[in-house]
Amino acid sequence: MFDITKIRADFPILNETVNEQPLVYLDSAATSQKPQAVINALSRFYSHENANVHRGRHTLSENATRQYEHTRTLLADYFSVKNNEIVWTKGATESINLIANGLASRLNPGDKIALSAIEHHANIVPWQQLAQRTGAEVIILPIENDLTINSVHCSEFIKQQKPKIVAITHASNTLGNITDLAPIISACKAINAISVIDGAQAAMHLRPNLQEISCDFYVFSAHKMLGPTGLGGLYGRFELLNSLDVYQTGGEMIETVNLTHSTFRDAPGKFEAGTPNIAGVIAFTEAINYLTSLDFQQMRQHEHTVFDYAIKQLSAIDGINIYSNQIHNIGNISFNYRDEHPFDLATLLDGFGVAVRSGHHCTQPIMSHLGIPGTVRASFALYNTKADVDAFISAVKSSIELLD
Amino acid sequence: MNSAFEAVSKNIETAAGWQQKYRQIMLLGKQLPVMPEVLKVDDALVKGCESKVWLYIDFDHTENSLVLAGDSDTRIVKGLLALILALYNGLTPEQATQINAYDEFERLGLISHLSPSRGNGIKAMVDKIQTMAEQKQ
Repeated sequence: MFDITKIRADFPILNETVNEQPLVYLDSAATSQKPQAVINALSRFYSHENANVHRGRHTLSENATRQYEHTRTLLADYFSVKNNEIVWTKGATESINLIANGLASRLNPGDKIALSAIEHHANIVPWQQLAQRTGAEVIILPIENDLTINSVHCSEFIKQQKPKIVAITHASNTLGNITDLAPIISACKAINAISVIDGAQAAMHLRPNLQEISCDFYVFSAHKMLGPTGLGGLYGRFELLNSLDVYQTGGEMIETVNLTHSTFRDAPGKFEAGTPNIAGVIAFTEAINYLTSLDFQQMRQHEHTVFDYAIKQLSAIDGINIYSNQIHNIGNISFNYRDEHPFDLATLLDGFGVAVRSGHHCTQPIMSHLGIPGTVRASFALYNTKADVDAFISAVKSSIELLD
Repeated sequence: MNSAFEAVSKNIETAAGWQQKYRQIMLLGKQLPVMPEVLKVDDALVKGCESKVWLYIDFDHTENSLVLAGDSDTRIVKGLLALILALYNGLTPEQATQINAYDEFERLGLISHLSPSRGNGIKAMVDKIQTMAEQKQ
């Protein structure tokens, strides 16, 4: 069963005080907090187990290699894919860059790359750069007035425009809105477009079965899944992944090197040049184990109950505008109070110990669409409670009093 | 320290608790003279801030003094900006270089707003004014 008291006790930071107030952490969309097991694993690795991987025949190196590869297998199971389809990177941003660069040689002038209008800058800029280099063109998938993605409209658009690549988020970082991927992926398949899904926000909340989703690529960041910072990765359908041009070259990723020519290992090895984030990968084991020790339905139910409660309480405050979809949402609420600047509200909330984010959240096109400088974003995770919502709402009300 | 700054900072210094402090800061922002739109040029926009912050710096050669104007689209940054302007406006370059904005903000319990990580542009503004003052000395 989903024991929230026990869960909260597993995250030591939740007992911190900030500005002499108990911390109310509502910024998990920026980075999730870490359970004690992950923190311990980092310390244990450096204290007792530190060695490089994939070299050296000594015991520590072999143990480190075994643990490093074990995490890959665990994550592959988490996503219901094969372990040679998981590549470690330093985060979702690097993953998208790796894919975009790897696809460069198969794009011709005039080819189209389709993106949605609500993507994170990390899923916009690498494609713009790729388009510039190859003469391809970035096109934007249709978006509804309320900033939701209508999969049927998108599918029709994809079938008409026939882009070579479709890059779209599984859940918006700013809004939390969940994309209904199935119709979009089948439209991609119908025209042989390569589908790249930004799973940075959804990977923890939705525990996606990538075999079912059946996309070509799916990128994620470990630190948004209870894991350490500086680590992320991607899933790639093996034949396609293995056929990508390599992104970075150097040690570890090669098979043979002579002074004029080198051959590369098969995926995922050829995409992991240099010494990887070994401690991060090994500690990530504990994050994956933590997530999978929770029953998925119960976890989602809990998250949804807290989210729903927050939406209801926040909507009841006069003058609050909520921009997020209130039903299909991973747990991110973007809002403003009247025409007050989000910076002011977020600064005052911080005074009450409530950690939220304000700004454009790396999604400037959304802000242009809404005609606002930014939003306040409260983002929830499995360790948040209705009591957090109560503290948040009370802080919002007190902050508004200060602003009025 | 100049009397204009003394006058505006008194209410912040004596505010009971952080909420009252912010209230006073926002009040200061409200009282800031309107910055003429013609001065809100790109060059006056302080880069890298979450909020829009303009700082216009000029030098009055006949009076040998700094002429400052500013604005922000947020209440809190505008109030902090008002404090900075009160601190430096009308000073000679020699007087301005004697001022340590960090000490003053520390005394008012606002030092965290001068931290580079805050991204509110206050630190950038102070640096810009100090550079100007040093050049004109």
